[in-house]
Amino acid sequence: MVKTETDSIWKILKEVVDPEIPVLTIQDLGILQDVKIEGNKIIVTIVPTYTGCPAMDMITVNIKSALQPHGYDDVEVKLVLEPTWTTDWISEEGRIKMKNYGITPPQEKSTDIRSLLGKDTIVPCPRCDSKSTKLISHFGSTACKAFYQCNDCKEPFDYFKCH
Amino acid sequence: MKDTKKIRFLLQWADNSLILGHRLGEWCGHGPVLEQDIAMTNIALDLIGEARNVYQYAAELEGDGKDEDYYPYLRKERQFYNALLLEYKNTDFAYTIVRQFLFDTFHYYALLSMMDNSVDGRVKAIAAKSFKEVSYHLEFSSDWMKRLGDGTEESHSKMQEAMDHLWEYGHEFFMKSPTDEWAIESGLIYDLDLIYKKASNFRKEVIKEATLEIPETPYFKSGGKIGIHTEQLGFILSEMQYMQRTYPGATW
Repeated sequence: MVKTETDSIWKILKEVVDPEIPVLTIQDLGILQDVKIEGNKIIVTIVPTYTGCPAMDMITVNIKSALQPHGYDDVEVKLVLEPTWTTDWISEEGRIKMKNYGITPPQEKSTDIRSLLGKDTIVPCPRCDSKSTKLISHFGSTACKAFYQCNDCKEPFDYFKCH
Repeated sequence: MKDTKKIRFLLQWADNSLILGHRLGEWCGHGPVLEQDIAMTNIALDLIGEARNVYQYAAELEGDGKDEDYYPYLRKERQFYNALLLEYKNTDFAYTIVRQFLFDTFHYYALLSMMDNSVDGRVKAIAAKSFKEVSYHLEFSSDWMKRLGDGTEESHSKMQEAMDHLWEYGHEFFMKSPTDEWAIESGLIYDLDLIYKKASNFRKEVIKEATLEIPETPYFKSGGKIGIHTEQLGFILSEMQYMQRTYPGATW
């Protein structure tokens, strides 16, 4: 395979981590959509996870500072709404890292969201894997997470909501 | 030529989210318990993010070097088109939840209608993004309606009082302004009557489970959509805008 410049930029960007969940890269989360080279300019396209997520500004800065030491000074980070980001895009590896970090990854497919109301999802504890857990709050430390507690090991934990 | 009608439709949409987002932000550090303090400010973040997406679109249509910040910071009271309910003061947690629930039931079905049916691709994309977030808002407010309505004697009476005061503000969303008539005709949003029917059925179910009563209302308040507001919006704007008014163009 011919190694192009775009490939090496992708390689650099794959290492950029999410500021809120630093074990996950933007590649794991499925945020990174496209890399284009136009003359001396690099255009990186990302999709926002949540509309008001303050981490997006941080990620934009992190992308630029990851590329800068490699001589890429002219970088534009474009945020697009289409396609709409979904938790389905979080990679299998990302889900494992998330669980090891103490956050239960999304348990449903995003298509289930329309029937979300009135139905309870089983959210297993990331520490002891117990299926007996309870919802403490719909919103955890960030908008993308809910707050749960395990009925068996009693540990509180975050659940990355299906989106 | 500027698409002034579409801009007005977008402002009516975004202003609802901005003003409620601002109100919920006032709870920051004052919530009844930490979890709910965080929940309300997270919802505020979603709503202000939604408003930002819509204002960006409006600014592009408007041209003249306008940007998303122009709309919240530099318009006068009469140029805001949010429904009156959303400027209603927080009062207490019961009022906050009833206000949220009445808005969420409309917001949820309105976004669903736009993401499925709108002829405008950008409107569809913004709606699809926010719909996912709003489905959690609706779950949050519905749960609290039931928990407090069907809770203790005191929580029940506080919730009923909030219902009695806010119900007359809860119908303005479905009363068609000239902008709504135009937007429906243009295919930007599906018929409000259908959205009302769905929202109303959902409301009734939750209210019943919450053991609350729908109050008798002689008439419903309206005016926000055409820029006629209650005195409360002025207080919000003076806080939100004072920095830009005092130091025009100030940035971080």
